[in-house]
Amino acid sequence: MASNNKTLRSPLAHARGLGSAKYGTEHWWHQRLSALALVPLTVWFVFGVIGHLGAGHAAFVAWMKSPFSAVMMILTAAVTFHHAQAGMQVVVEDYVHVEWQKLALIIAIKFLSFALAAACVLAVVKIFIGA
Amino acid sequence: MVEFNLPANSKVGVGKTVNVANGAKRAKSFKIYRWSPEDGQNPRVDTYVVDLDKFGPMILDAIIYIKNQVDSTLTFRRSCREGICGSCAMNIDGTNTLACLKAIDEVPGDVKIYPLPHMPVVKDLVPDLNHVYAQLASIKPWLQTQSPAPSRERLQSPEDRAKLDGLYECILCFCCSTSCPSYWWNGDRYLGPSILLQAYRWIVDSRDEMTGERLDNLEDPFRLYRCHTIMNCTKACPKGLNPAKAIAEIKKLMVVRR
Repeated sequence: MASNNKTLRSPLAHARGLGSAKYGTEHWWHQRLSALALVPLTVWFVFGVIGHLGAGHAAFVAWMKSPFSAVMMILTAAVTFHHAQAGMQVVVEDYVHVEWQKLALIIAIKFLSFALAAACVLAVVKIFIGA
Repeated sequence: MVEFNLPANSKVGVGKTVNVANGAKRAKSFKIYRWSPEDGQNPRVDTYVVDLDKFGPMILDAIIYIKNQVDSTLTFRRSCREGICGSCAMNIDGTNTLACLKAIDEVPGDVKIYPLPHMPVVKDLVPDLNHVYAQLASIKPWLQTQSPAPSRERLQSPEDRAKLDGLYECILCFCCSTSCPSYWWNGDRYLGPSILLQAYRWIVDSRDEMTGERLDNLEDPFRLYRCHTIMNCTKACPKGLNPAKAIAEIKKLMVVRR
């Protein structure tokens, strides 16, 4: 913890800092909400995969061609990556204390998460409407 | 990002051993963290072997005995010796607590005493509390109103008064904040459990009229949302309070007012 004996600012000026960001509740709430959504989605996903153990490519394609499975798969991918990037952002904010490194890591995490989510969604859509 | 070297004055050496037990029936070793800003040395742990029959039953009795009879350079804060002033908060046997409320016979083996964790040390067991006091001031821990001052007391129903139970008892010893890993890593911006419990004490006070402004002041990824419900605060509190619950109540109010 920073005790600023070296600066001439008062302790109160340091504690008040740049003031409140007036932000954080949405982030916290969405993390909780996505966690809640992931409970049924993950159960569906795990049992779906177990149900297809040993099945061939054709069986998986047939599974994803059902509208219910396709929607559940898209939701699972989207919510998983949304939850992951929100959680990773908190981890980075906790432990990385150099401002530009913190910013760079958060940007990288968000871009990667959204790219992977988009790739997953595209894969499901392609199977669903495609050959 | 990663620091491979410990900050200056972090490596703790072995100090002197002073044995004044002289064949006592009940001898006990106290291993106490020592650091002085004046001698340019790293911290050390001094060992004092003392006779438990020479003083009272609490850890505070032991260190007062050591200071008075054995080594007057030992420095620590204490005042009320009955758990109401919060001065003698320190890390005893690995747990933050009040030296005056911790019985010596609760500690098996040697008694290890360190200052509150992760605070700058002024000397020996005295931590620098300037920042945490400034954080307390930043949440304005006093009654704030908009309506004109009444000509008599501000009334509060017994039910509303009961909401302050478990909050008003906090003595600001900071055992909770200094046990919180989030406060260790981000204490410059995160307010920590003790200050958030104080904030909630005023948020939930039915006589206060600045609830919204108080919540505005806390709505921040660092000030409030660094709490990850680790619960060390509640485990550490020597008064048996529940800062984690107070923080959870603040988070609930944040969602309710969206």
